[in-house]
Amino acid sequence: MYQGTSVRPPYARLEDWVAAMPQELRHLKQAEAEALFRRIGITFAVYGEGGDPDRLIPFDMFPRVFAAREWAKLEKGIKQRARALNAFLVDIYGRGEIIRAGRVPSRLIYQNEAYEKAVAGIVPAKGVYAHIVGVDIVRTGPEEFFVLEDNCRTPSGVSYMLESREIMMRMFPGLFRENRIEPVDGYSEKLRRTLESVAPKQCPGDPTVVILTPGHFNSAYYEHSLLADLMGVELVEGQDLFVEGAHVWMRTTEGPRRVDVIYRRLDDAYIDPLCFRRDSMLGIPGLMDVYRAGGVSICSAPGAGVADDKAVYCHVPEMIRFYLGEEPILQNVPTWQCGKADDLRYVLDQLPDLVVKEVHGSGGYGMLVGPKASREEVERFRAKIVEDPGNYIAQPTLALSSVPTFVEEGVAPRHVDLRPYCLVGETIELVPGGLTRVALTEGSLVVNSSQGGGVKDTWVLAE
Amino acid sequence: MLSRTADNLYWIARYMERADTVARLLEVGSRISLLPSAQGFRSEWDSLLQATGMAESFAKKYGDPVQRNIESFLFFDRDNPSSVASVITRARENGRIVRTALTSQVWDALNTAFQELKALERLPRSELELSRLTDWVTRHAAMVRGAIDATLLRDDGFNFLNLGYYLERGDSTARLIDVKYYVLLPRIDFVGSGLDNYQWSTLLRAMGAARAFHWAYGGDATAAKIAHFLILNTRSPRSLATCSAGVVNHLDRVAKEYGRETEAQVLAHALHAGIEGTTVEAIFDEGLHEYLSRYIAETAALARTIHASYFSGETR
Repeated sequence: MYQGTSVRPPYARLEDWVAAMPQELRHLKQAEAEALFRRIGITFAVYGEGGDPDRLIPFDMFPRVFAAREWAKLEKGIKQRARALNAFLVDIYGRGEIIRAGRVPSRLIYQNEAYEKAVAGIVPAKGVYAHIVGVDIVRTGPEEFFVLEDNCRTPSGVSYMLESREIMMRMFPGLFRENRIEPVDGYSEKLRRTLESVAPKQCPGDPTVVILTPGHFNSAYYEHSLLADLMGVELVEGQDLFVEGAHVWMRTTEGPRRVDVIYRRLDDAYIDPLCFRRDSMLGIPGLMDVYRAGGVSICSAPGAGVADDKAVYCHVPEMIRFYLGEEPILQNVPTWQCGKADDLRYVLDQLPDLVVKEVHGSGGYGMLVGPKASREEVERFRAKIVEDPGNYIAQPTLALSSVPTFVEEGVAPRHVDLRPYCLVGETIELVPGGLTRVALTEGSLVVNSSQGGGVKDTWVLAE
Repeated sequence: MLSRTADNLYWIARYMERADTVARLLEVGSRISLLPSAQGFRSEWDSLLQATGMAESFAKKYGDPVQRNIESFLFFDRDNPSSVASVITRARENGRIVRTALTSQVWDALNTAFQELKALERLPRSELELSRLTDWVTRHAAMVRGAIDATLLRDDGFNFLNLGYYLERGDSTARLIDVKYYVLLPRIDFVGSGLDNYQWSTLLRAMGAARAFHWAYGGDATAAKIAHFLILNTRSPRSLATCSAGVVNHLDRVAKEYGRETEAQVLAHALHAGIEGTTVEAIFDEGLHEYLSRYIAETAALARTIHASYFSGETR
């Protein structure tokens, strides 16, 4: 928020807002926000921790603000990335030009666990594999944005973008009168149009779209039901769908109804026990046969996951140059791949200063933040890396930008990242906003909700 | 509508109505137990458990029917699938699953009941009077019902919810009347005595229908009048006649909306016609207990048919 000692322009009005809010009122509003979240039912279950399934993600009332000009740059960069990632997916499941051209090593793709041989040769409707691309971004300077990772499967968290905004508008209507803030509530309609635009060619009339959820025990179930509700489509579980003939059907009170587009919030491994994991109770036997024959669209398309692999990530700038003939607008964080001998030597040397992640990990699990770790933790991690170098990448510790955040003593800077949600169908759309995650512990760089992070409303100011 | 969604809605209604019934049963039981009982009476609490079909599972866990244990069993015990705590939790869980088919008011009512239940469970039992617990249940059941009535779209989901309510309510009225039967069973010569009348009016009070009854019939509460009121009178909100009419109405509305009749309609109409065509005399001739048992069995068969016709997703 600050540049030197002066407040950056986008935040100017917020300074008065904070100054005018006495501590008691702040506590009252904070309690009100929490009550609203709980009442809506927007809670979060942490994987593998058990405990209270109705845990709330801490909500910080201090918004994060982007000026129109800043956002314009981000938007261009994100859309560019989403286009390149999709071109890459179509390519590697097709002729593999980028590999033939020697720009991406073949081993990295074809030996990759996330590469689905089952869909090789398939071009999904409109040539789109990843329909919702969540690009995790951090800021390190006024004009400096880095992409931390891409999420091409089924990025979650968009419900927080929508609900945080609802709650902020309800609690502080004055702020929205004084600041010209771009709305985010067009997201659900854009999502529906995106999904409809990739219906199978043979689909007659208006396509029937459904959201496929693993069920109400899933930590993101609230989000699944919110999106279904906002789009006016059915929220189905695997048991609600079945395959007959060349189509997928859902069981309704009026008999079977044909399904054309499935927005699945289920990993590839679980969607069809006949094709992938046999023990999956969550999927639909035979789904992949219908998909291959063009009878149904699956969003994101099976196989899309290979594009957000952390080792493939290093090559996204190259993809942008190769497929689009453009220079990347958003930079990658410099990344060392421990699978390479030179990189490994450097990483082991500099370990206390680096952030190390598992290639296939997500959610902030199984990572090392060198500067924050104890000597023992660093050594333990060193042993793990040596044992299986290919499983790890390392990045420098970035000077993440921080944003004012309400803490016990008042307002203090805390580190944040940003996940906007890019929609790819017939067109590419980006709602002006996203999920801002904040590391609530002083000095912490880990923003994952499973690791004690919170969320903020994200504003994009109109011109 | 998804078959699973319809099934969940139907069960939300059944669970909430069941919570209401269990609370009313507890009230009947505690009021009857305040009466001086003659030697040789079977325990009233035992008969109450018999009528709900929960006697065996209670005995297995607690042994003798002591009032305090019965209160725990019927209200708080999560091992008892029909306890208030169990059914409210499941109603809310079902609500969470089908959030998209509910308005925020209905969800709010379900969720509030659940959150308050958790708070109640944390209080020491010595602070919880039975009357406070039963009032709490009837209040929340009414709030959910009211939210459904006031805010929900009159679509198939609304009809499936109401089907659940009417089926469960008919079933529970039959069971509540049966409690009275079990209490009386050992000493038939008590019929028509002061004690007999006192028990009947306790039953009416528990159903919140004592005043309505007096308005409708006047004079003394006799067994015949009360049986008429609770079984055959279409103006009584809990009578079997009202409930079966409700089932028929909502099934017919579903059939009309879908343009398709099912086996469920046929059965429901038959059940309803049976009630409309009978008299109190005929019921007592058959035996009240026998009549009620038959009704309960037929309702269960109807529920299975509704499931097959709408919730299994098999019908074409």
